[in-house]
Parts: sequence; structure tokens; C-alpha cells
Amino acid sequence: MKALLTIASRNILRNRRRSLMTGSAVAAGALATLLFGGYASYIFAGLETGNVQRVGHLTVFRAGYFLFGSGNPAAYGIDRYQDVVTLIRRDTVLRPLINVLTPTQSLMGIAGNFSGDNDASKTFIGVGLIPSDRDRMRRWDEFATGVTYEPDTRLSDSDPTRGLIGFGLARILGLCAPLILQNCPPIPKRPETGEEKSAPISEDVRELSRREADGAGSKSSAPHLEILSATAGGAPNVVTLTVGGAEPQGVKELDDNFIAMPLTLAQQLVYGRGEHKATGIVVQLRRSEDMPKARARLNTLIRDNNLGLEVRDFGELTPFYGQAVKLFSAIFLFISLVMGIIVLFAVVNTMTMNVMERTNEIGTSRALGVLRRDIRRQFVAEGWLLGAIGASAGSALAFLIAAVVNHAGLTWLPPGNANPVPLRLAIDGNLGLIIGAWAGLVLIATIAALLPANTAARLTIVDALRHV
Amino acid sequence: MISVVPITTAINPETLVVRLRDVAKIYKAGPIEVPALRDVSLAISANRFSMLIGKSGSGKTTLLNLIGCIDAPSKGSVEVCGQDVAGLSDDAISEFRSRNIGFIFQNFSLLPVLSAFENVEYPLLLIGTPASERRDRTFAMLRAVGLEDQAGQRPNELSGGQKQRVAIARALVKEPQVVLADEPTANLDTATGAAIIDLMRRVQSQLQTTFIFATHDPQLMSHADELFAISDGQIVDHKTGGRQ
Repeated sequence: MKALLTIASRNILRNRRRSLMTGSAVAAGALATLLFGGYASYIFAGLETGNVQRVGHLTVFRAGYFLFGSGNPAAYGIDRYQDVVTLIRRDTVLRPLINVLTPTQSLMGIAGNFSGDNDASKTFIGVGLIPSDRDRMRRWDEFATGVTYEPDTRLSDSDPTRGLIGFGLARILGLCAPLILQNCPPIPKRPETGEEKSAPISEDVRELSRREADGAGSKSSAPHLEILSATAGGAPNVVTLTVGGAEPQGVKELDDNFIAMPLTLAQQLVYGRGEHKATGIVVQLRRSEDMPKARARLNTLIRDNNLGLEVRDFGELTPFYGQAVKLFSAIFLFISLVMGIIVLFAVVNTMTMNVMERTNEIGTSRALGVLRRDIRRQFVAEGWLLGAIGASAGSALAFLIAAVVNHAGLTWLPPGNANPVPLRLAIDGNLGLIIGAWAGLVLIATIAALLPANTAARLTIVDALRHV
Repeated sequence: MISVVPITTAINPETLVVRLRDVAKIYKAGPIEVPALRDVSLAISANRFSMLIGKSGSGKTTLLNLIGCIDAPSKGSVEVCGQDVAGLSDDAISEFRSRNIGFIFQNFSLLPVLSAFENVEYPLLLIGTPASERRDRTFAMLRAVGLEDQAGQRPNELSGGQKQRVAIARALVKEPQVVLADEPTANLDTATGAAIIDLMRRVQSQLQTTFIFATHDPQLMSHADELFAISDGQIVDHKTGGRQ
């Protein structure tokens, strides 16, 4: 083996320029595969982190909610949800796996800003949550994506009336000035028509709001919205939401409709004086790899206790994640294939030329007693070595570039995100990618050498010796 | 003074090392058949310095190729070292060659990526000789051809004569029963060629190896123990005696 590799390495050095070009093709393959693979891995980690921070790993819903609940969330509330939370929290299998366990309430309705001269209203999609749990969920960063955690005081356990709205919703409802939002124009004055005076919905909401406020006591002077929704029983209900701030949501449809509020406020709106329920119990795990185990255990608990619930993971709740993973995986596969084909042809070409140039040597070796299979092995070893050297060089270069990029402080705005995130190449420690790219390219180079090697092995000695 | 490792297998001088019976070789170029050898029969005894002489295209190289088991006859049988090679597989013939036959080519045919030492050592590597023995025998053989000091040099750093000396050392290092030399002096100047012939003759004498030597140069006839004159693929004359 030592002699084989010694001769192979010397033969590679014999035609340095050709070997350099071929090795460069392999190195370029390794570089492209690793850099894009590292980029895709970081994207996957970033998307997963964003989703897990927002919706957790798993969510327990009432059976049927996932398919039909968004049309009427109030009808799909989990009965005695606190008992379910306690059941999960006390489970010895789940307890060590869970980072955050928190109930949420989805809701929809109409939000209106009738303060001062304002008379704007808009349908909304909302979520009620426990602010401190939301805060803990936002700190989850298993993959060390580098996204800086910033404490958010716009939602607080201590203020059950304060909420957060989408940037677009703030604009539509005329809250740009009160919230001091940049790049947020005021509502343009509408031309007066007779129709508007005939639909004074705002007066009804104002009245309901006034009654609620009288019951609740004082109302602050901070920007606020009147939130109207139907209760689980079908009756209209209104609460006042103090707007703590506006946050861009990335997707315009969500940005123009989003309201986050404390769970108690959402429950008050949806269930009134009835039993307060929750539409979901969010489970954020410490590690994503525990997701199948946690899901199986949750299903067991639900089945054993006849709870009539179902479990969904973040991939099901946010299809964009799966689509992005598929898209990037497809691009990665395409790049890998193109690089593989380039390497294949480069090595075949080089090895074919090597066989032609060394035909006489092949004849000499065979005359001396070298077996056909050893001739084949010699050329395959050269292909392998070319692949190994090129892939190693490309990998080293990829590490270097990744280190530079990762320390350059570059940022980018992923699709669906409102804020830029650090641009990183997740190569370091990504053993699957590194070994896969290296071994794949070396394998291609070895296979590529096999065809010329077979040609060399099949040469007749006399013809090879006659070759000039 | 030549100092080489003594041959380990004593061969009876009367033993036939090569025997060809009614051998023909026909090359085919499309529909055209070109006979290179026609009904050649010959026998060469051990420890001879035999010469095949004839003009270019007479069939010398073809005959050497058949004796060297690197080509197969179209007709007839070839026995080398008592072995009829016709029935052997490709691997078995390669193995047979690696142990019993040494080659010296007109164009030296040294492996350019190997040093002189490594070129000489290579045949021993093929037959699985242990490393320490390989080293000793290789140095001994390089000493025998006067190239001990050039052991580390690559073929492109050697002169034509030195290359052919390395080729001779390579052919002899494994102590083969037969050494085949095809026009070994054709690419050398007269003085160097004469020195190479002299070296081959002395080594052959000392190692008691059978040398079969093809040339078109009549001036070299005086070196032979036995002479086969070839013309148009047939042996037209056979003389024994010479320097024996």
C-alpha cells in the first residue's frame, strides 16, 4: 500500500499543472458544497430557532383544532387546560425535556382606535400568551445562531391590559404618531361620502368599551385599542388593550392583522365570565432532537387519560419552514450534482491522458510481472489521491472563508423575518456535511479514475510496449 | 570487478530453458494477415548467451515476446523453464514472468517516477521479497553495474548508458532463469554499447543466467555463445560455439 501511494503521489506530481487543474476542480467542488451546505445548515438552524422561539416545538390542541379551529378558536378551547398543563409538567419523562410549557389562546375580531379624532377599525388575528413565558421562549438558541436576545418590555405579566400589535396594524389604525413609529405615515383623509355616516359601528364599540372601562376602573392615557370579539357563546364582547408597541411581522398579511396580548385579557374577551380555556398548550423543549420522544410521550398521556387532544409540531404549524428546508435542500442537491459532474469529467479527462502518456510504462510494468488488477489499482489510487488532496484543500479553504464570514459581522434578512440576522456559514462542527462532501468528492474522483484504469489494465503488453 | 549476490538455483547447463515447437505468429490488421513468425522451432539451453540476429522486421522482437510470455503464438507451443505457458491464466503468466524472466528493452523503459535504486528494487517488491533482503540485493546489483553512487537519481538524471545499466540491474536482481534483451545497444553510442554488451556478458557469466539477445548489428555476433539468424519470420541459420 505504501509503494502504491508513493508511486501514485509521484505520478500526480509528474504533471503538476494538469494535476493542479484537476485538484482545483475537486477543491472548487468541496468549497462550493461546503460553503452552500454551511449556509443552508445555518438557514435551517435559524428558521428552526425562529419558529421554536415563536411557537415552541410542539403544541397540544383540542382534537380537530388544527384543521378547523382557526375559523372559530373559541369553540376549540381545551377544557381544564391547567390540569393538562399540570399533568404534562409532572410527567417524569417529559419534565427533563421541557424548557417552557405555556398555554395560549388564539382569537380574532375587530380592533378599533376611536381616541380623539380617530375612527379606524380593522379585523385582527390575535394570540393571548403569558408574557414571561414568551420571554423565556425567545431566549431559546440551541444552535447558537448568534441572534441577540433583546428583552421585550412591551408585554409584561404585571400589566394584563398591555399588548403588542403588528407594525402594519398600527399604521392602519392611526397609531404611528402615538407610538412614535419611524417610516409610518398617518392615515390619509378620506373623501366624505354619505355612506359612511349610515354605518356608525364605532359608536357601538365605543359604548361597549365605555361600559367595560367603567367596570374595570380607570383607563390610562397611553395609546389603546378597543378590541371586539365574539365570546364562545356568540355574544359580542369588548376589552381595551393598551398598546405597548408595534413590531414588524415580516409577512404583510400578518403584519396588518397581528395582536399579541396577555392570556388573561384574551380569555376575558373570548370566554367572558365563563370557564377560561386555552386553545393550545405550547411545549418548548431544551433540545430539538427530543421532539419525537416528547411527542410520543404526549400522545401516550393524551390517550391514557382520554383527553381528546392532539399534538402538532412546529413544522406543521409553520409550513414555510418545511418549504424553505425543501427549497434549500434542492438547491444544495443541485449544486452538489453539478460539482460532482465537473469533478467526474475533470478526473476522467486527466486520468485518460495519464493512461495514454504512460502506455509504455504500463507495458513495462506488465512485462515485469505486475498484474492487471494492480495496474487498475495504481490508477484508481491516483484518482483517489487527486480527489483526497483536492477535497482536503477545498475543505480547508471553506473553513477559512467560513471563519472570515462568521467574524465579519455580516447580516441578512431571511424571508418572513422582520429583523436582520447574522450571516453565518455553519461548517465548523457540522461533521455530517464535512465528511459527506469530502467523502462524496473523493468517491466521485475514485469512480472517475476507474474507467481509464480499466482501459490501462486491459492493454496488451506488446501493444503497450510498442506505443510511442 | 563485478560483485553480485550468487545465484540460488543451480541450473544444469544441459537443461533446456526455452523450447519452441512449430511456432507461428500472425498479426491481423483488419482483413489483412501479416505473418511475423512461420513455423519456428528452437531450443536454448541454460547459461547460454544466445543471440537472435536479423534485419528490422525479421521477427526477432516477436520471437523474444513469445519467449518472454508477453505475447501468445498463433500456432505451436512455447515452453519456458520447463513450463508450457499456453494453458496459464493471465495472472499466472504474470506471476511466472515476475519470477523467471528479466527484460532489457531498447529504450530502457525505466519507470521515471522511481529512482535508480527503486527501479532495481521494483521486481523484488513484486515477488514479495522482504525489505531488508530487497535493500541488500538492490545495492549489490547496483554495485555490480557500477551505479552505486547514482542510486538516488531518477532516470532523467542518468545518461543513456547509465539507464541501460539500471535496466540490466533490474532484469537481474530477482535472479531470473532467462534474461531477454531486445536491441539493448541500439540507442547507445558505439563505445557505450560495447561496454553494455561487455557488462551483460560478464554478469551472465558470473550469475550463470541464460541471456537471449536480439540485435540487427552483426558486429555483436562475436559475443554470442549461440546464434540464431532470422529472416522473414523464419530461423535461417543456427550456430553454436562462439565464446562458450
